Amino acid sequence: MAVSAPAATVEWRDGKRYLWILGAVIPLIPLAAWGFVEATGWDLFWYFGPVFVFGIIPLIDLLTGLDRNNPPDEVIEALENDRYYRWVTYAFIPMQYVVLVWGAWMLGGATLDVVDKIGLALGLGMVAGIGINTAHELGHKKEQHERWFARVALAQTFYGHFFIEHNRGHHVRVATPEDPASSRVGETVWGFLPRTVWGSLSSAWNLEKRRLARSKQSPWTLKNDVLNAWAMSVVLWGGLMLAFGWAILPFLVIQAAVGIWLLESVNYLEHYGMLRQRVGTPGRERYERVDPSHSWNSNNIGTNVLLYHLQRHSDHHANPTRRYQALRDYKESPVLPTGYAGMIVLTWVPAIWRKVMDPRVLAHFDGDITRANLHPRKRDALIAKYARSEEEANAA
Amino acid sequence: MSRFVCPGCGYVYDEAAGDPREGWPPGTPFDRIDPDWCCPDCGVLEQQDFEPLDQAAGVDAETG
Repeated sequence: MAVSAPAATVEWRDGKRYLWILGAVIPLIPLAAWGFVEATGWDLFWYFGPVFVFGIIPLIDLLTGLDRNNPPDEVIEALENDRYYRWVTYAFIPMQYVVLVWGAWMLGGATLDVVDKIGLALGLGMVAGIGINTAHELGHKKEQHERWFARVALAQTFYGHFFIEHNRGHHVRVATPEDPASSRVGETVWGFLPRTVWGSLSSAWNLEKRRLARSKQSPWTLKNDVLNAWAMSVVLWGGLMLAFGWAILPFLVIQAAVGIWLLESVNYLEHYGMLRQRVGTPGRERYERVDPSHSWNSNNIGTNVLLYHLQRHSDHHANPTRRYQALRDYKESPVLPTGYAGMIVLTWVPAIWRKVMDPRVLAHFDGDITRANLHPRKRDALIAKYARSEEEANAA
Repeated sequence: MSRFVCPGCGYVYDEAAGDPREGWPPGTPFDRIDPDWCCPDCGVLEQQDFEPLDQAAGVDAETG
């Protein structure tokens, strides 16, 4: 496709135009697992989902490398208005639901043993987590129907409150100590998970409570977006259990927990250690405006295609309503050593994560660790450690 | 009645229409809105960052 802007003579071709369809094929992972089991007779293939996300995608990222291609300013508007791109994201949702219903049917049947069923639930969880990413893209848009689609995609994980907290909580407080979804230097992913899950939930509830209180309404109404999103999950899970038996409930819980863990792991690595400074006159201080230096980025094409450019995270935070196909790479942004999928694997062992990431945070703040978002409990130890290494560097 | 625009994403607050979903009934003057009320579309900018729309259009008309 060539997008040409009327006022300028810019011709630009989106090399990823047809690759974006892959994002809508991703929900088929559990079906592929079933196909491999049928073809080979090996039950181990029920665990194909996590192997694909944490093994094959990171490998694709390492092999296919970086894509720094940015659409020029002149074509952004035409690119955003090209409806093909939004249909690609809408297509994800029917695929997600077909596979969920099929998965629930398999989980309710007697052909699989418990070990196989856990594998299948993990695979459904991978789709659920990637579904939160699709919901994220849609939930930021100004069109009402796209915001509804976001809620539908979130129903599988019971995480409908994400769409409220993310847009009106996380985006406002990103890269500050007040944001539950911005991780701190010295904080492991395992310590971060309960803080972000609980913090995001209570923040979403308070945002809706405050919004409804302005027009003198109680939060206990279906107008509360937290409650109507959860109602959708109750209907979905209830319907699946009516159709395939209550015994699928533990597996529904497993797949939702896996999806939430995947999403919150991505939250962990998107803003690790980043901190906005306080500006303004005494008494009227506020955090500096969000800029590209406050989010980690990655141009690895594999994960970027599967996650609708989520890794061009700086542009997303500067322009949250901008559509994925138009997001750009900024040179001043801090860059992750590989794509999100591979980085999640690093979070599993905090010692390795710290070894890879803490020096990068330090370099980003020109060797001054006090400018980073530090875990309060580790603050003194971190400052002592990095002040010393700076002295050593100066002496050498 | 005046209109105010979010310079980040283009959301327009129209005093005549208000934004009832956000809890601002029609006719709510812009200066009665909390300064830290966030743009309901982008969540990046707050009431205090909004710009008067019609004034901006006037400037455009003069210069262009």
